[in-house]
Amino acid sequence: MTLDAILASLFPGGHSVTTDDRGLIFGTASINGGRTANVIGVANRSPLGIDEAASLSRRVLELVESKADGPLIVLVDSDSQRMSKRDELLGLSQYLSHLAQCLQLADRGGQRTVGILYGHTAAGAFIATALATSVLVALPGAEPEVMDLPSMARVTKLPLDVLKEKAKSTPVFAPGLDNLAKTGAVHAVWDAKKPLAQQLAALLASVSGGDERDRLGRERGGRPKAAEVAAKVAEAAARASAGA
Amino acid sequence: METLTFARKATTPAGGSKPMAIVGVVASGNLEVLVERVLGTDECRIEIATAALGFGDVWAAVVDDFVSRSATGGLRFSINDGGARPDTVALRLAQGARLIAEDAV
Amino acid sequence: MSAPHPDIPHVAEARNVDWYEASARHRLTTLLDHGSFIEFMGPTERVVSPHLDLFDLPKQFDDGMVVGRGQFDGKPVLAAAQEGRFMGGAFGEVHGAKLVGLLRAALDVKPDAVLVLFDTGGVRLQEANAGELAIAEIMRALLDARAVGVPVIGLIGGRAGCYGGGGLISGCCSGLVVSEQGRISVSGPEVIETNRGVEEFDSRDRALVWRTMGGKNRRLLGVADAYADDDVESFRAATLELLASPRAFDLDALKARQHMLESRLARFGDCSDAIDVWAKMGAEQPTGVPDLPADAFQALVARIAKEHGA
Repeated sequence: MTLDAILASLFPGGHSVTTDDRGLIFGTASINGGRTANVIGVANRSPLGIDEAASLSRRVLELVESKADGPLIVLVDSDSQRMSKRDELLGLSQYLSHLAQCLQLADRGGQRTVGILYGHTAAGAFIATALATSVLVALPGAEPEVMDLPSMARVTKLPLDVLKEKAKSTPVFAPGLDNLAKTGAVHAVWDAKKPLAQQLAALLASVSGGDERDRLGRERGGRPKAAEVAAKVAEAAARASAGA
Repeated sequence: METLTFARKATTPAGGSKPMAIVGVVASGNLEVLVERVLGTDECRIEIATAALGFGDVWAAVVDDFVSRSATGGLRFSINDGGARPDTVALRLAQGARLIAEDAV
Repeated sequence: MSAPHPDIPHVAEARNVDWYEASARHRLTTLLDHGSFIEFMGPTERVVSPHLDLFDLPKQFDDGMVVGRGQFDGKPVLAAAQEGRFMGGAFGEVHGAKLVGLLRAALDVKPDAVLVLFDTGGVRLQEANAGELAIAEIMRALLDARAVGVPVIGLIGGRAGCYGGGGLISGCCSGLVVSEQGRISVSGPEVIETNRGVEEFDSRDRALVWRTMGGKNRRLLGVADAYADDDVESFRAATLELLASPRAFDLDALKARQHMLESRLARFGDCSDAIDVWAKMGAEQPTGVPDLPADAFQALVARIAKEHGA
């Protein structure tokens, strides 16, 4: 789906969402019940560097300060983080991290953050945007990846066809929406043939706000151990604290 | 990966009272050795998981030399090997045995 | 067989420990109060990666992540340390989940602090999806802990530095200690060179790597909040200093951070090298900064901070 088609289906009540020349998405929209949803995001498979991250975080903080209470929709079709000397020189990790923190602050303040992954994303940009929302959904055809297989082949020193073969037996390392969904990163893949507004309303009515991604990963078979390991460590910490 | 297990009669019980010790790290040319005081005092067992295939004879020689020289009774050694040379293996085994031979805190 | 090997956690030898060379467990046991560290899900439990068999790779009994509790300056803390020599300290499923569990526990346990000793190249590619997601879960749990008033301090000075998602997690901390050796970055030098060419970044130019990503530049810019010498005692002192006034996780703190980041863009956005940045900051001899000993460097940081009211 194109961004225009997605916005039309998400916000039949009208919206003011636009994309600037850096590929950043900003705007507001009417949703059911006369509420306002705020929208930010990255479009056109644009890289997320220090300038872009600072613009997005500025907008999120303005929304927190204005005590906006509708959902905050984060639309994502990005490249990875911008790989450049300048961005790293000036502390890209801090800019990306700050954006993720602003999103979490907004969510804690009552603006439920909903990520909608409708295109590509990768690596640090994925963590700072889509994965930093309270709940992430995807549209069919979305292409999340941590690292592409050819690069992975270089780093692991394994032939590409060997990696492709291994990818068939486990969702744990290879790129792709199905694989990420199995690990629990993606809450649901929406049906592009049905109105997205209804699916958004249903999602907002159902999500609780806790981090359920490791539980989903266990149920879907993509992360067999994470939920249990986290729970056992937390129990051990509680026991040790009670006994101290 | 290859798994090797060596069970040996130990002549001397390990000293000290620490229940476990760990030395080393799994990296290229290195290995980790986990030592646990879990067996009868005349037993010693050494279990190895290694990515370097076909070195069973070399491991057997290092293990026999180590057990004959050290107080290993009651100790189970579990090794994850990243392709360490025999001298590194011998060093880590000795470090593990020495560390567990201390008294528990 | 004389001197103890650095891997052996002799708590008594304590303070004279080289941070860069020490193992994760050794850093933890010497950083925390003598004999106080209790490990959770330690190596005897053998909770190893379920994914490395597929790649015929050896596992490590703690999956490269050591977590537990202890006392720090007499107060109860939770603490975690990454082993940078095992698979580059990279985040895999188990490795990451151990830190997730520790941080989630902080909500109920309410320790005086959580200390995270980073040493990581980022995501473990053999389990990339699980590692990436673990990083997102860690960030959420870390910020939840900070939101209820538990400070989380990051310490960076290991072999693997703090790259990829590790850099993003470190940015979420209430305070960050770095040594000269502690590189902080998202994309590593090789990744930038591979994607953009050697003209953009020559990964074999070690001086370039250090002055761009190393601890001195990170401290001068304010990516890190304190600078430590490469020994446990220095890290301990810097951590204590940060715990005296940890950054809050609230609107005011994030607005201040936004201002800092925008000011940095405005002041240094057209700089092409760390030397240019340091010159603009007012370092008298910017090319000499990499060679400054710790005390002279700390003096420079203090003077620049005073002049800019930072």
